[in-house]
Amino acid sequence: MEVRFRLNGEDRSVDVGPAQSLLSLLRDGLGLPGSKNACEQGECGSCTVVMDRQAVCSCLVLAADADGADITSVEGLGSDDALHPVQQALIDGGGVQCGFCTPGFVVAAAHLFESNPTPDTDEIREALSGNICRCTGYGGILRSLEGLAGR
Amino acid sequence: MTTTTGARVRGGVGESVQRPDGVPKVTGNFAYVSDLTAEGMLWGATLRSPYARARLVLIDTEPALTMPGVHAVLTQEDVPGRKTFGQISADQPVLLDGEARFWGEPVAVVAADDPETARLAVAAIGVEWEELEPLVDMEEALDRDEVFRYAPVRRGDQTATGSVVAEGFYEVGMQDQAPLGTEAGLAIPDGEGGLDLWVTSQWTHEDHDQIWRSLNVASDQVRQHPSGIGGAFGAREDISLHLHVCLLALRTGRPVKMVYNREESFPGHVHRHPARLWYRHEADPDGTLVRVEAKMILDGGAYTDTTPAVVGNAVYFAVGPYNVDSVAVDGYGVRTNNPPTGAMRGFGVVQACFAHESQMDRLAAQLGMDPLELRRRNAMTTGDPMPTTGQIIETSLPTVEVIDRLVALPLPPRLDSDDPRNLPGGTGLTTTPEYVTRGVGYAVSIKNIAFSEAFDDFAEARVVLTPSGVEVYTAAVEVGQGMVTVLQQIARTAVGVEQVAVIPADTSTIGSAGSTSASRQTQMTGGAVLEAAQAVRKAALARGGGDDLSSEGVWRAGQLVMTLDDLCSAGPISEHTRFRHPLTVEPDEHGQGDLHADFAIAAHRAVVDVDTELGLVRVVQVDTAQDVGFVLNPQSVRGQIEGGIMQGVGLAVMEELIVDRGVILNASFTDYLLPTFLDAPDVEMVLIEEPSPWGPFGAKGLGEPPTISSTPAVAAAIRNATGLELNRVPIRPQDITGT
Repeated sequence: MEVRFRLNGEDRSVDVGPAQSLLSLLRDGLGLPGSKNACEQGECGSCTVVMDRQAVCSCLVLAADADGADITSVEGLGSDDALHPVQQALIDGGGVQCGFCTPGFVVAAAHLFESNPTPDTDEIREALSGNICRCTGYGGILRSLEGLAGR
Repeated sequence: MTTTTGARVRGGVGESVQRPDGVPKVTGNFAYVSDLTAEGMLWGATLRSPYARARLVLIDTEPALTMPGVHAVLTQEDVPGRKTFGQISADQPVLLDGEARFWGEPVAVVAADDPETARLAVAAIGVEWEELEPLVDMEEALDRDEVFRYAPVRRGDQTATGSVVAEGFYEVGMQDQAPLGTEAGLAIPDGEGGLDLWVTSQWTHEDHDQIWRSLNVASDQVRQHPSGIGGAFGAREDISLHLHVCLLALRTGRPVKMVYNREESFPGHVHRHPARLWYRHEADPDGTLVRVEAKMILDGGAYTDTTPAVVGNAVYFAVGPYNVDSVAVDGYGVRTNNPPTGAMRGFGVVQACFAHESQMDRLAAQLGMDPLELRRRNAMTTGDPMPTTGQIIETSLPTVEVIDRLVALPLPPRLDSDDPRNLPGGTGLTTTPEYVTRGVGYAVSIKNIAFSEAFDDFAEARVVLTPSGVEVYTAAVEVGQGMVTVLQQIARTAVGVEQVAVIPADTSTIGSAGSTSASRQTQMTGGAVLEAAQAVRKAALARGGGDDLSSEGVWRAGQLVMTLDDLCSAGPISEHTRFRHPLTVEPDEHGQGDLHADFAIAAHRAVVDVDTELGLVRVVQVDTAQDVGFVLNPQSVRGQIEGGIMQGVGLAVMEELIVDRGVILNASFTDYLLPTFLDAPDVEMVLIEEPSPWGPFGAKGLGEPPTISSTPAVAAAIRNATGLELNRVPIRPQDITGT
């Protein structure tokens, strides 16, 4: 079936399978591998995208449900030459190790900062509690984002 | 040797240099194996055993083979070369050999046009099983003499006794590495009977040496490439889908990719060994340790994997960093039909440390002595013999200092808020502050660095000076820990040139760098890069007739006398090294000898809040003092220590594979609990820099110690809060409530 949606500021019209997830559409259908597949159960947040101003796990969203939506994936947040402030903060603050969780953290953190530019420590922890990182112990991510929040 | 000051080099050793892979990782452009594609690529999928032990009565691949879009269905009959693999003992069938020996064991593999078709084809394969009784109890396995390795230690007077005795039994559950990136591989045939392989691996050359044998091709017909990998922690030390994806690619003549989903990733890699440990400590009334006895069993699963080496580590580090002249340890790695076990961060020392540190607290209680005072009184230092092997410690070993510096860190303030986010149970709103008890606990650990017991351990590196800077070639795998950054820093400082690129080299272009494990790459590949880089600098100064080298060129008496362009006009300056650590030996029949290359010490203090009625634990803070030799990159060191502590906390309070008759019941991230941001304790740390005799700039490997003593520190803190014995990790709510 055909679905139309806005992705990273561009209108898209694509053919999707009835059981296809939004994550599979992004990665396999549209060639955007930035969103990662790590658990397929919405537990780890590695596939986080913003859909109609909500951070969601794209593995739990049917591609067909993207019809009419406005979606931002990690590819829409910054480029190698013009990083999003969250991306720069994570590099500067030691928030990146293996990096597999990083795109999900970037999208979720950017979404947090859009609604709350100066989150405190507890707000950062809570907002990102749906994203699992197995390498950093979260300390580097927390310091990165506290720094961005001016704390 | 040329003096290398590096004083003018930006980004040299000691700085928090940014990762070279930082930008592609935050933008999503970093290519993990699971992101790779190739023209004409097929997708692989795996049929797995639904039983922990069963006889394969018949298999009918025809229904899958005849499906549109299916290009190959392979079973063990289709393996052209060696039918088995394994790094210590090649005892694991590439595909099922007639009997399934663990739940999820690969039976057959399929290649198809897309992942969906591949999965449907797997489901279409006809299989008939005869279920057999699995062997799942490690003590029964020992009774039946199903033993991969028995490692004994007998040191000193075996009749020695102390008047104060502490005895204990301890258990450690099965922990999963749970790297966020699952197993993935892409094999691309070269059209001449060989192939190139990108795969989730920690050790390309070891995999490669197994792969070509089973494919029945010449060794140089397989080229394995260091690949983008989403975490490892030991799970990538053994082969997973490597051979399957290669077999499918050679059979179909097309590129084949496989990516495990999370459910199959759980049985698709080795885990931390579950263990049972029996201990007896004897001491004089003043706290001097007189004798330590231990028996330990580690569940090795169905195949050898790295179990023999893990057992060695558990046995030789059974006592911890304490002097005692009379020791008897018997360690066994046994064969069962439980899920595969092998390498995980800490590699056998985790299990031993949980037991020996629990014992030290128990003994201190018997003695009526402060537990830290007991540890100080018996602490080993440089020049002391290892209590187990008798090896004289030649490296730095600041055991008392890690304890003293740790204790000096301030404790966190008492719980002073009823914000549920700071209470056990969190926003589940299960408790209020008056039901919460605080506990504090300590633990200390000693760990070997690099491979032990006479293993031929080396790392190769090539350093090349070109007009545009330095290139470092290595087969060492970056798994996220930051090795590429540290190698850059070492090369910058040693050559004196700022522009350094670390270039992953496949198995055909350079020799092995060894495994990215055993906390070894900073010292081993770092050591190789340092030697090669120093040689490059020396050659450059000789060629340019100068006394200093920088990014501009060669200097003499403060004047630039030759640019890098001119220096390299006669060709790049290239040096290749093979670095080895001090020789280690095989243990004798009593486990004696210089078995280990280097050692590191760490101490942890955990602070917990416990709701004793509901058995809920919040780990408030875990502080540490760690012996790191020299801090090459403060930010990386901190990241490794915090991440390692988090995995130790996970083992202490939540992470366990639940296995019933060999079947994993919680093979998903919904059911296997991993620490989230809200579970993460605050961490304060002290880094102690007493140099290793052979690490680059004195640096020691540091990835594993944070995971080792953090677990027993958390357990001790929960005991302190509850007064319970708690002899098993992870500590579950029912262990605290007794319900």
